[in-house]
Amino acid sequence: MAIAVVLVLVVVGSVVFHLLSPWWWTPIASNWGYIDNTLVITFWITGIVFAAVVLFMAYCVFRFRHKEGSKAAYEPENRKLESWLTVITAIGVAAMLAPGLYVWSQFISVPDDATEVEVIAQQWQWSYRLPGEDGRLGKSDNRLVSLENPLGIDPEDPNGQDDVVVEAADLHLPIDKPVKMLLRSIDVLHDFYVPEFRAKMDMVPGSVTYFWFTPTRTGTFEVLCAELCGVGHAFMRGIVMVDNEEDYLAWLAEQSTFAQLSEAQQVGTLEEERP
Amino acid sequence: MVDVTPGSRDAVPPAEVPDVELYHPHSWWTTYVFSQDAKVIAIQYAGTAMAIGFVALVLSWLMRLQLGFPGTFDFITPEAYYQFITMHGMIMVVYLLTALFLGGFGNYLIPLMVGARDMVFPYANMLSYWIYLLAVLVLVASFFAPGGPTGAGWTLYPPQAILSGTPGGQDWGILLMLFSLILFIIGFTMGGLNYVVTVLQARARGMTLMRLPLTVWGIFTATVMALLAFPALFVACVMMLFDRLLGTSFFMPALVEMGEQLSYGGGSPILFQHLFWFFGHPEVYIVALPAFGIVSDLISTHARKNIFGYRMMVWAIVAIGALSFIVWAHHMYVSGMHPYFGFFFATTTLIIAVPTAIKVYNWVLTLWRGDIHLSLPMLFALAFIVTFVNGGLTGLFLGNVVVDVPLSDTMFVVAHFHMVMGVAPIMVIFGAIYHWYPKITGRMLNDAMGHFHFWVTFIGAYAIFFPMHYVGLVGVPRRYPELGETAFIPDSVHDLNAFITVAALIVGFAQMVFLFNLFWSLRYGKEAGGNPWRATTLEWQTPQTPPAHGNWGKELPVVYRWAYDYSVPGAPQDFIAQNDPGPPNLPRHA
Repeated sequence: MAIAVVLVLVVVGSVVFHLLSPWWWTPIASNWGYIDNTLVITFWITGIVFAAVVLFMAYCVFRFRHKEGSKAAYEPENRKLESWLTVITAIGVAAMLAPGLYVWSQFISVPDDATEVEVIAQQWQWSYRLPGEDGRLGKSDNRLVSLENPLGIDPEDPNGQDDVVVEAADLHLPIDKPVKMLLRSIDVLHDFYVPEFRAKMDMVPGSVTYFWFTPTRTGTFEVLCAELCGVGHAFMRGIVMVDNEEDYLAWLAEQSTFAQLSEAQQVGTLEEERP
Repeated sequence: MVDVTPGSRDAVPPAEVPDVELYHPHSWWTTYVFSQDAKVIAIQYAGTAMAIGFVALVLSWLMRLQLGFPGTFDFITPEAYYQFITMHGMIMVVYLLTALFLGGFGNYLIPLMVGARDMVFPYANMLSYWIYLLAVLVLVASFFAPGGPTGAGWTLYPPQAILSGTPGGQDWGILLMLFSLILFIIGFTMGGLNYVVTVLQARARGMTLMRLPLTVWGIFTATVMALLAFPALFVACVMMLFDRLLGTSFFMPALVEMGEQLSYGGGSPILFQHLFWFFGHPEVYIVALPAFGIVSDLISTHARKNIFGYRMMVWAIVAIGALSFIVWAHHMYVSGMHPYFGFFFATTTLIIAVPTAIKVYNWVLTLWRGDIHLSLPMLFALAFIVTFVNGGLTGLFLGNVVVDVPLSDTMFVVAHFHMVMGVAPIMVIFGAIYHWYPKITGRMLNDAMGHFHFWVTFIGAYAIFFPMHYVGLVGVPRRYPELGETAFIPDSVHDLNAFITVAALIVGFAQMVFLFNLFWSLRYGKEAGGNPWRATTLEWQTPQTPPAHGNWGKELPVVYRWAYDYSVPGAPQDFIAQNDPGPPNLPRHA
């Protein structure tokens, strides 16, 4: 008997918790509001099913609990009922899957006008590379990584010379411009994760992964690593600042290109060699 | 010449088996230690699994203490935290749940429920346990090895799993983990072949496949799946050992570790993930299907009503088992695999919800118009349905590829899989122990301690994992020993984390009461008699309780009916045992 009451309380408590919860997702800062909508649809459908099943159970326990002389009904099967339940379930599942797949197809179709931004992860920091004036990133290879060339950019590739390198510093992005984040890792698996952007993707050494989004609100957003990458995993933080056009260009003007950095490094080495 | 024409031999073995075929043990050692009796092996398996499970439980307290009260416990460094989560996860999934359901319940129940005298290969069955024990000991050894156990997370993803940035990566930890898994799989295969062949070949006369209790269907299907899925993990372990010890590059691309170029090159970390999850997803159902089967029998017996839609239940088990082999990459939506895989795996994953939902409907419809006895097994069965429905429904979030993107690698995932494959199956394990303990020992478990255990465990576990989903919704990533100062995480999340920790400690304490009850009732429990629940299945009809070696005395049982003849109209009692010819002219199902 107590169990029937508790089952009802579990449903009521869960619904109340959900409604009163101060714990909800962060205000969105990207174009992926569709993802949030699909999540809300899923919450509704699953919430109703959960409440219905558990309340039905509570009713059964209350109504059909053992009493002196009571006897269970005998009904091995009910084809009609079973078929109906199967069909209704299939419809409910389709109602969640269809919008999900539709949004996924958008998620993986990068618009043609998206700017490429490369994120380079290593234990335990974030670096970035933006294409220079030619709009193209130069080739890169982990084999080329060294103290002088920490991101492994190919010095032979002319496209790479004007690439803007942001090593272990904040990334700035212009608002309302779609970006394709190219994700690369120097060492182990990482995952570029900014909760407000909703999108995330693992970074795998040996390949370049990607996702795209459009920043829709200016501000400072924290970057976290979402794939266990060793003991420093929780401390692998970074900052993405979404700027308006003006601020973004001002920031960009202060950054150095790969060519400038290599030159400075060579000068630096020469200076060190002097007695 | 041997006559092989059909009809020249009996299609079913004779009911009477000469005593010499039973290989009765002759000494204390061969009766209780190196025993070939499936029932003794079952208890050995269960005892070992629960002992190592206790270690995993303690580890969960330690990591909850760190999450609830970060900075309070100096000895829980990030290294230690990652070692705790890794060992907790691997122990719970493989060494506790898999071993307990298949090695424990499988060994005890299969021969008894199908009406066999024992497993068909008793010697291999004994070896299976001893290799499992060795695997557990190797795993435990890693706690004492230089560098401690591996901290790579239970998924053991390379390249980090074998590199120095991960605890145990360049020490013994990862090696002992891989060796232990390899041993486990070898041991399991010996047991698993036994369970499958016993179900297929050693059933009593009249025990057709469609008369098997759903417990046997669940364990049987799970075992077939395990035999197909574990080899993927086996090769993944061997390849990773080669990468670590011999310098091969199965999973290792060219990479720079801490500023140093390593000599690896050309391997694929994603290949490991495919192999791991080709095992890892079926593994979820390897744990879930025995739970599905057992809970069906608990509900039917304690509601005094046949399981609703038996045939549909059998087909749902088989369908779930088959489908679970084509959904594995839903663990990898954000792994960097080809994005088109998302369409396929999201679709298969959500399709699997249909047979799963059918099972839930049939459980609750079994309660409808039943005669529900609120015994402890029934209470745990009800708790299973609640937690399983809850955890199954959040699976629809994570399975639906695009919804998974923001939620993956957050605490939402942790809450989901604990609810669905942690709490829910463990509710069934408890229910099953309260249900079968009288058969195993001849005594009932103490009811008062049992009720205390039930209420604290059910409400407490729900209080742990339901709010945890919301921590994940906020965006808190999993596998973070501390959240630090993070702008998007409000202080209230820390309060919630502290609450969850307190709930976890209380639930942990209730398990001590359960353990105490197991030993206390052995001596002081109420005498149970042969069939205290008035159940229909064969294990309750043995001539002795606990059943003797050989199970059935001189003559094997003959089966006349399905396992669910409860409350048959016109029958003198509210159950008819499977081996009871029963009065004539009753409605017959199968």
